Amino acid sequence: MKAITLATALILGGVTAGCVTINIYFPAAAAEKAADKIIDEVWQLKQGAKPQTDAKPQTEQQGEKK
Amino acid sequence: MTSILRHFSWLLFAVLWSLPALAAADLEINTPAISSLKQGMQQRHGELSGFYDSGAVGLTRDGLVAVHDPAAAPLAQRQAMNGLVAAENQDRQALYREIARANGHPEWEAEVRDTFAQRWISKAAPGWWYQNPSGAWAKK
Repeated sequence: MKAITLATALILGGVTAGCVTINIYFPAAAAEKAADKIIDEVWQLKQGAKPQTDAKPQTEQQGEKK
Repeated sequence: MTSILRHFSWLLFAVLWSLPALAAADLEINTPAISSLKQGMQQRHGELSGFYDSGAVGLTRDGLVAVHDPAAAPLAQRQAMNGLVAAENQDRQALYREIARANGHPEWEAEVRDTFAQRWISKAAPGWWYQNPSGAWAKK
């Protein structure tokens, strides 16, 4: 009985410590996920086509600049 | 037996109670400030991407952009390029600061920047220039 109480207290303590840990230390994995999401939006990596206003894909331009 | 059950119900309660904290492990990035920075950077990217492609501008190891090879940009565009680089860096610094602040930890700014630095570079298109960890320029 006493052993169970002690075990429960230890587990509860561990869970609480885990929660506090999440809040104190830098969440590297979450930050990476957030960074990926923002970068995909800024660089428009996940959409098939880039919504460019002045894109002209049909005309093959052969400007010789040399 | 019942006392064991009672203890297990406590344990279950503890786990359930900690779930919101676990879910909160996602970083908050949906604030008005972050959204508007993102939008500005997205628009600017349309103008900057050509400079990344030509190698005129590259990604730095500290999560910013820098002029890598000015000669790769036409003379007439260099001034605009410098302006774009400066504006982009201002937005990027603000973005890292805002993400740290939105999550209640302004002291995370440097770590947010380091995370972004790695992710920008790993998502960069082939041919773009970036700085390796020692600061030397390399081509993807």
